[in-house]
Amino acid sequence: MKIRRMGTTAIALAAVGALALSGCSSEPQSTGDGSAIVTTNGSEPQNPLIPTNTTEAGGGKIVTSVFAGLVSYSATGEQELEVAESIESDDATTWTVTLNDGWTFTNDEPVTSESFIDAWNYGALYDNAQGSSYFFDNIVGYSDVQNTMDDPSGAVDEAGAPLQVGDPLTETMSGLTVVDDTTFTVELATAEADWPLRLGYTAYSPLPKVAFEDMDAFGENPIGNGPYELAAEGAWEHDVQIALVTNPDYAGVRVPKNGGLDIVFYGTQEGAYAAVQGGDLDVLDALPPSAFASYQSDFPDTFVNQPAAVFQAFNMPYYLEHWSGEEGELRRAAISMSINREEITDVIFQGTRTPATDFTSPVIDGYSDSLEGSEVLEYNPEEAVAKWAEADAISPYEDTFDIAYNSDGGHSAWVDAVVNSIKNTLDIEAAGKPYPTFAAALDDRSAATLTGATRAGWQADYPSMYNFLAPLYKTGAGSNYEGYSSEEFDGLLDEGASASSVEDATAKYVEAQEVLLKDLPTVPLWYANVTGVWADTVQNVEFGWDSVPLYSNITKE
Amino acid sequence: MLWYTGKRLLQMIPVFFGATFLIYFMVFSLPGDPIAALYGDRPVSPGVIAQIRAEYNLDKPLIQQYLLYIGGFFQGDLGTTFSGRPVSEVMASAFPITARLAMLALFFEASAGILVGLVAGLRKGKLFDASALVVSLLLISVPTFVIGFVLQFVFGVQLGIFRTTVSGAAPLDELILPALVLASVSFAYIVRLTRASVSDNLGADFVRTATAKGLSRPRVVTVHVLRNSLVPVVTFLGVDIGSLMVGAIVTEGIFNINGVGGTVYDAIQLGEGPTVVSFIAVMVVIFVVANLFVDLLYAALDPRIRYAK
Repeated sequence: MKIRRMGTTAIALAAVGALALSGCSSEPQSTGDGSAIVTTNGSEPQNPLIPTNTTEAGGGKIVTSVFAGLVSYSATGEQELEVAESIESDDATTWTVTLNDGWTFTNDEPVTSESFIDAWNYGALYDNAQGSSYFFDNIVGYSDVQNTMDDPSGAVDEAGAPLQVGDPLTETMSGLTVVDDTTFTVELATAEADWPLRLGYTAYSPLPKVAFEDMDAFGENPIGNGPYELAAEGAWEHDVQIALVTNPDYAGVRVPKNGGLDIVFYGTQEGAYAAVQGGDLDVLDALPPSAFASYQSDFPDTFVNQPAAVFQAFNMPYYLEHWSGEEGELRRAAISMSINREEITDVIFQGTRTPATDFTSPVIDGYSDSLEGSEVLEYNPEEAVAKWAEADAISPYEDTFDIAYNSDGGHSAWVDAVVNSIKNTLDIEAAGKPYPTFAAALDDRSAATLTGATRAGWQADYPSMYNFLAPLYKTGAGSNYEGYSSEEFDGLLDEGASASSVEDATAKYVEAQEVLLKDLPTVPLWYANVTGVWADTVQNVEFGWDSVPLYSNITKE
Repeated sequence: MLWYTGKRLLQMIPVFFGATFLIYFMVFSLPGDPIAALYGDRPVSPGVIAQIRAEYNLDKPLIQQYLLYIGGFFQGDLGTTFSGRPVSEVMASAFPITARLAMLALFFEASAGILVGLVAGLRKGKLFDASALVVSLLLISVPTFVIGFVLQFVFGVQLGIFRTTVSGAAPLDELILPALVLASVSFAYIVRLTRASVSDNLGADFVRTATAKGLSRPRVVTVHVLRNSLVPVVTFLGVDIGSLMVGAIVTEGIFNINGVGGTVYDAIQLGEGPTVVSFIAVMVVIFVVANLFVDLLYAALDPRIRYAK
């Protein structure tokens, strides 16, 4: 569990690689023009660019470029040390973080222990209403800064319970302690062996002192310590683009090989795709469905299509008749085996989805395509019919099986394909159930008034199995709306979390997944692939585990 | 005429309040909690959502929300988007771009449409007329997004004459292609309207009189035929200004233009009441003023029209 100096090694290796390359290659083009600006697609950030309040992809790719946290992730999702020199613990509960010397923000303020602790305390405090506050929930003292009380005016919600208003007992979490300028300790409420894996997520970025004077103004013109900085005051043109240039003082593992990055906001992916075709954009990291059939011939040598850390499925609420206990288990298995995932990913998605074999993703460390019990995810009509008949023997099923989805998200094609697959195999009534918007679908989900299955997707915030499992299936977890509860599964997760090494933890999570394969609280469908194309003006385009290109490696002539 | 104008302007007041309230009510009635939807499946702490709901007055009843909004409106505060930007700032960046696009489209459709329609009307039944009718029929029946994608692909991607997508500042030269797409359907209608109107008027008594008086053919055509034929065309153009301003969603999407249509569409998706209502309010004013302008123009075009006291 000790992660030491991995970053330094990586730099050394990269340097050797570069030397070897320049030594034996006479091609002048592979290095590119160090001052060239790479253009890429993005979307208008939902919030000012404050790391702890950036929860969506549009702002995420900017914040990741402008800030450097304790660690960052390589293309394969392995972590590399950035500001941290080491992150160590003997019991997975108390962590000691040592920082490298010499890091500064672009306003020349040194990056110290306080830069991290102040930022984390800001992110966790109730009154600051930061979207990512829950990322700090395992740090001792989080419950104090998130404390609430009954509304003093006596207001009640629809159910008659008193409304809660914030009443933080203190403004800082007691689990964070500064030892000196380059050392601090973090005490966790419960042991978490792979806690350092989280630390590359944007919410854990450091902030300079100037940020706390006026956070909203800071969010318009953030000052970071990452590989890029804003080209100028006001470089963020709302709804249009943001211009980033290389930060000359950046000393981490992501030193840019280009001069900067123009992230242009596109309202539609169709527009962005045409822009790459027409030479107005260098790199595009998401394809419109209309290009699925043609992108490989449009960009024969410059495309990517590989599984990403996005898991897609549909969930069956346990509170529905027929869908709990032994009967529910049989029915879930029957439904799962009646879906022809191969054919649907081929025909509907033109191979831009990969059929699921587990509950995480192939880019996550510890992934396996041959978990015990994973045959339940294979198309097997005979077995499906047999299991369904077995369930019918317990209690006959006469309802219509429906899958709820939001019709504004392009889901209807695959939902129709899935329900048809189920209908044809099991000979039951099955249909899609469209909601006008995502918000409307969420309402019924959180109020537990669904009439059938509901579409679900999960994109990991950091490359850890735990992040795919705990928030969704643990008893009472935040996003476990369907009411799944398994003592065996919860126990394995806890054992994994407190294991003494990342390897042991992963082994427990794999076991936990085998429990899920038996119970099927969700029916895994496929992993969304990262699909992207780039113009031949740029080279060395590689996509990270989080489906975002590793911008710093891109070269342009 | 002044009295008439004043009366029409006064009518705007109930229209304004009625339209804004109706729109506010509709956005309010959209299903689901917009703030929860911003975070999707993320287990965001309920305190965060409650605080943001309170910040945007979403925790209050409809009437109170509307009054708070209108109160702010008259103090020049149009509220903020969910990302914290003042709505007035969003409007200041979106409206000029859409106005430029709409005016350019209006210019294309009016100048080309009237010219083609006039020639077709004068040469009724000839080859030019027949081909104008076929082309206009094609433009009306092919959806805008098809025309948009085809022009973008041919002129942007393959020939490289125009930029495929419009850059942030949206200068006039980059808007030519989108304006042509936007103008295409209305162009076809204007051709047909002008043609029909011109061919009607050619047989009218006042035209025969003018010709009999010995006026030159060009003078008869421009002053007597064309001027009188423009009444239905101008009515159409007046209504079209409104739909060009609002209805450019598809074109703006294809060419990535940050105009009014796309902004309102996104705001409706997000359930951002203040943004939607503020934009619609301005659009209502544009519609009403454009219609008033058209009504006043009738008198100038057709001497037979007078405004009653």
